[in-house]
Amino acid sequence: MGVALTRAAQWTTAGFGTGKLEITPLNESILQEIIAFVENFSSKHPKESSLVFKEPLQWTTTLEPSRFGSGYEVSKLSVTSVETDKDGRPLLRLSASNIEVLSFSQLSTILRVAQDKKLREVQACLEANRDPVAKILGASYATVDGEDYSVLRLLEKVKQDDDANHDAEFEMKVFLLIQQLDMQLMNNSLKQISQEVRLSPATVKNEVELLESFCGEEQEAVLKSVEYTSDYEFSNGCRAPPWRQVHGEICYLKIKPHDTDTLYVTCSTAGVFLNGGVDEEKEKTDYERKSEVYKDLVNLLKQRSSHFAQNIVKQDFAVYKEPLSARQQVDPVDAEEEGQTQRSGDHQTKRAHEKTLQPTSQKMTSSKKKLEPSLKWKTLGLPAQSEQSDLKEQSENGKRRKTGKDDTETEKTDKKLPSPKSKKRANFPPSPLHAKHSGQISKISGVWTEEFSESSSESEEDEDQLDRRQESSTDLPSEYWQIQKLVKYLKGGNQTATVIALCSMRDFNLAQETCQLAIRDVGGLEVLINLLDTDEIKCKIGSLKILKEISRNSQIRRAIAGFGGLQMMVNILDSPEKKLKCLAAETIANVAKFRRARRTVRKHGGIKRLVGLLDCVPSDSANLTPEQEKDIEVARCGALALWSCSKSTRNKEAIRKAGGIPLLARLLKSPHENMLIPVVGTLQECASEQSYRTAIQSEKMIEDLVKNLSRDNQELQMHCASAIFKCAEEKETRELVRQFDGLKPLVTLLSMSENKQLLAAATGAIWKCSISLENVAKFQEYKAIDLLVGLLTDQPEEVLVNVVGALGECAQEQSNRAIIRKCGGIQPLVSLLTGTNQALLINVTKAVGACAIDPENMTIIDRMDGLRLLWSLFKNPNPDVQASAAWAICPCIENSKDAGEVVRSFVGGLELIVNLLKSDNKEVLASVCAAIAKIAKDEENLAVITDHGVVAMLAKLTKTTDDKLRRYLAEAIGNCCMWGSNRMSFGETGAVAPLVHYLKSSDTMVHQATSVALFQLSKDANNCITMHENGAVKLLLSLVGSTDEVLQEAAAGCVANIRRLALANEKARYG
Amino acid sequence: MAEGSVMSRKNLQMLSESLAKVAKHFNKKEVKCLIRLYNDLVGEQSERRMGAGLDRSKFRNILHNTFGMTDDMIMDRAFRAFDKDNDGFISIKEWIEGLSVFLRGTLDERIKYCFDVYDLNGDGYISREEMFHMLKNSLTKQPTEEDPDEGIKDLVEITLKKMDHDHDGRLSFSDFEKAVRDEELLLEAFGSCLPDTKV
Repeated sequence: MGVALTRAAQWTTAGFGTGKLEITPLNESILQEIIAFVENFSSKHPKESSLVFKEPLQWTTTLEPSRFGSGYEVSKLSVTSVETDKDGRPLLRLSASNIEVLSFSQLSTILRVAQDKKLREVQACLEANRDPVAKILGASYATVDGEDYSVLRLLEKVKQDDDANHDAEFEMKVFLLIQQLDMQLMNNSLKQISQEVRLSPATVKNEVELLESFCGEEQEAVLKSVEYTSDYEFSNGCRAPPWRQVHGEICYLKIKPHDTDTLYVTCSTAGVFLNGGVDEEKEKTDYERKSEVYKDLVNLLKQRSSHFAQNIVKQDFAVYKEPLSARQQVDPVDAEEEGQTQRSGDHQTKRAHEKTLQPTSQKMTSSKKKLEPSLKWKTLGLPAQSEQSDLKEQSENGKRRKTGKDDTETEKTDKKLPSPKSKKRANFPPSPLHAKHSGQISKISGVWTEEFSESSSESEEDEDQLDRRQESSTDLPSEYWQIQKLVKYLKGGNQTATVIALCSMRDFNLAQETCQLAIRDVGGLEVLINLLDTDEIKCKIGSLKILKEISRNSQIRRAIAGFGGLQMMVNILDSPEKKLKCLAAETIANVAKFRRARRTVRKHGGIKRLVGLLDCVPSDSANLTPEQEKDIEVARCGALALWSCSKSTRNKEAIRKAGGIPLLARLLKSPHENMLIPVVGTLQECASEQSYRTAIQSEKMIEDLVKNLSRDNQELQMHCASAIFKCAEEKETRELVRQFDGLKPLVTLLSMSENKQLLAAATGAIWKCSISLENVAKFQEYKAIDLLVGLLTDQPEEVLVNVVGALGECAQEQSNRAIIRKCGGIQPLVSLLTGTNQALLINVTKAVGACAIDPENMTIIDRMDGLRLLWSLFKNPNPDVQASAAWAICPCIENSKDAGEVVRSFVGGLELIVNLLKSDNKEVLASVCAAIAKIAKDEENLAVITDHGVVAMLAKLTKTTDDKLRRYLAEAIGNCCMWGSNRMSFGETGAVAPLVHYLKSSDTMVHQATSVALFQLSKDANNCITMHENGAVKLLLSLVGSTDEVLQEAAAGCVANIRRLALANEKARYG
Repeated sequence: MAEGSVMSRKNLQMLSESLAKVAKHFNKKEVKCLIRLYNDLVGEQSERRMGAGLDRSKFRNILHNTFGMTDDMIMDRAFRAFDKDNDGFISIKEWIEGLSVFLRGTLDERIKYCFDVYDLNGDGYISREEMFHMLKNSLTKQPTEEDPDEGIKDLVEITLKKMDHDHDGRLSFSDFEKAVRDEELLLEAFGSCLPDTKV
């Protein structure tokens, strides 16, 4: 026991003080063995069990005193056994949670009492007593690594204590028993350990390199990035610090998946696992293990990131991951089961596949090449200690596998499903893929592309392989065989037998995946779907009832669609039997969760029929006939199906064309929540289309949507809010929401901080509604801004985007800017600028920009270095973010006291913004021009941007016809004239003539900016000539009459300059 | 003759009125039509049997031709269920009452009717043997199977497991009723004995 415990048991490595036993399968099996040993000890060896320990085993227990029965004196907090040793010490004493035990019989009593907590108790005992043998038999038996004199010591003792012989004999027996257990434990753990994979620095390095090549920002990439936490590589290939290397750790990785947080991973020789991560500030790594140990990175990532798992199958190294998985003992079962469980259709391909593998494995076994531990093994990440014996064993496996395979293969052709016997036989051999690699072993190592080309045929199958994984490695449950039998009766029975079989099948737990997949795997789906094509109404009902349940499973859905089930169900929608219609529609609702299925429904005229189901009498009257009730149920099921279908754009169109909108509008008046949810769900799904938004408005649905916002059903509220969210893009809709008092319930929903989906929908609706200023006033009245600010922290991004969007709109109003500040909203807003979500960034920059108009807010933004954060967003690849950041920067520069200096302090900042003038996005250009106009007000900055060639770039843009860009461009040009010879440069680069033409624009804001710019440019004589040539005087003269004073003045000034030049010219000529 | 037809019309009127009270699912007009149909059917029979009512073979013909029933045994049992007084003939009253349940019966009535049909020996229970008897043709025989009856036996066990709530190895009326209420599809669990609403 001692040796096994110190050597085999996995103690946590990073713990201090008393060690903890890790919860690993190995440890668990050791503990189970010990439990069995102790439990049976007193019955097997009654005499030995009464042997009193030299020292009590002490530990902290979770057992309650009340659990102990007769033979113990039980008080409230303590228990003492009646039995005592020679000195009168009780053999068991429990006080508070501390327990002391002096004999095996007591130990086994404890285990009996502990019942389900056995494992915990034994663990606690062993953790507290690292060397129990020493306590039981005395210190001389303590386990010392590397030497074992205990037997000698025992003999000595027996010799010495002739008189105490009696005791010593027992001691010896106990000792021998413990030794025996120890051996057993060691053997067991040896078995387990030998199955484990040992990773080496080289394998890890290879895998990391491979993963790195599949990293990237784009969605197809499996990961965002993989990097080592340390750049330094020791000569042995490890990157872990030496004091961690002794624990077998090789390196640490920081992996950024697409869909989850950054993962910190430790690669050790025993496998890879998540660690506690790196504390960036303290630069300390938490080495403690935080997850299970996986065989390799791919397996770990598959578990942790669903994005990775999905996309890895698309990558061409599908083959790579199979041989990697060290579950060689398990995987073959997968492979075999897949073969068995696939339906006859797939059967062919699978067998063909296997056949192609056959030759390689044959070659391998027949040729009996001398197998060398080639580099290949290392690159494949197979056991690093690729010892000869190891390989030999595997080649033997291969041989056995071949015979096993032949058997199963023939059996498979005979029967659709092989007997469990053949399955078992197929159990031991390694996977075909593995064999394939063994076959390739003699080849020269290393070229990945070779594998890639092979994998293409498999990558399609991969999806299936992935999802079948869960049923692997366990034996088929009894349900499987029962279901198989029932399916047989379905196939071979008349309608009476069919109905019985269908009813009986419904008694299985159809919500359980094993049953769902069992039905599919025994070929039940085809039969069920075929039944839909019969005339037997009972069979159809029975079949649909089952299909409805099992179609909640995504694999089943795909299979149903694959067998043409949707067509049948669409046809059933024409049936006069209402119950059938309901069931068919409900099943369609379940199946049409993926795009191909939705298309199938549409292609077979399902949308039209489903819309037809919606046509029922308005259901507000209290006393309905049973028939009417059935109609309503039919409509409800129809709405459910349409809801699923409406996720495809084409279907939305089809629903509209089939006249679904007025019917939905009518159902929206229903009092029943179970009806309203699918109806509103469909509407909100469809509201992404302009046509629906108009229709929702014109069919007067906003009123009902608003009304349902106040219902006490969160799902319904969410869909209503989300419909309003989408519809409130339209101005009229926003007005309507206000008119129907919808704003208040929306604000009330802000307190639903538990339900994030609801919160996201409600904040979204508030955001869109707040685009109308009247609504902003209402929101202010309802104190929505305080609530919104409260939602700026600890919310998921989809909520944040909307909250910030709403705040951005509200902040257009002067008073609200102050409110946001007073509620402490500025700080969280500015800190959100560091995020990565583009939609969020667009809204945050807008909100920060709006807030910055208030000088008091600006001081806070300045203090938090907000300007720098905004500036850094220019590096963001998304043009919308860039533009939005540039807009936000304008008020910041305007209201910040020492903005010029701050801007200058950004290294490369001015160059960055000037370069954005090369963008081809109009909005970016306009916003950047606006920002440059503000920057240019600071002379030193103007000098810098002039050096960066701002004049030429602005001049290049002047040809634009976009009025918004023209306005800010003119503003920028006007402000840039203030430095050096910029005026001349603008003239030389041909910016003046186009500017004059801006005056013909219809936008007065363009006129203003342009005349200011022209006024500045007219200070240069050559420019005056150009202007005059382009007919500026006439245009300017008409603008002098404008009511806009700035415009007036600038235009007049410009005319004056031109005139002055003309006068001077005349003077020179004639004077 | 004219007088006779007046008489019979009067009789018919009275009869249909009284019977319409018994059979609650038919209105008077429907009852009248059914009586005429009955008279026609009985009229076709040989003189000897006319007085007693509709005989078994005639009734079976109707079930077979009009309602598409095929199982001889079930048809026999249906006749028995109609023939309340067990005299081997269906009287006009039995005819109207029976059809009332057969065509328009409530679930309760139909449960009772079906149970009567399936309880072959009329002892108030559907036993294993009766089930076996009724289901024996429900599976296509597979030549590969050693015991062709094995499937049927298994089917009987499945049915019992599903419907025998008191676990006494046979179905009492309450077992049957409860099972059907839980799952209406089980109403005709042992063979079609009601008109089918064809889709």
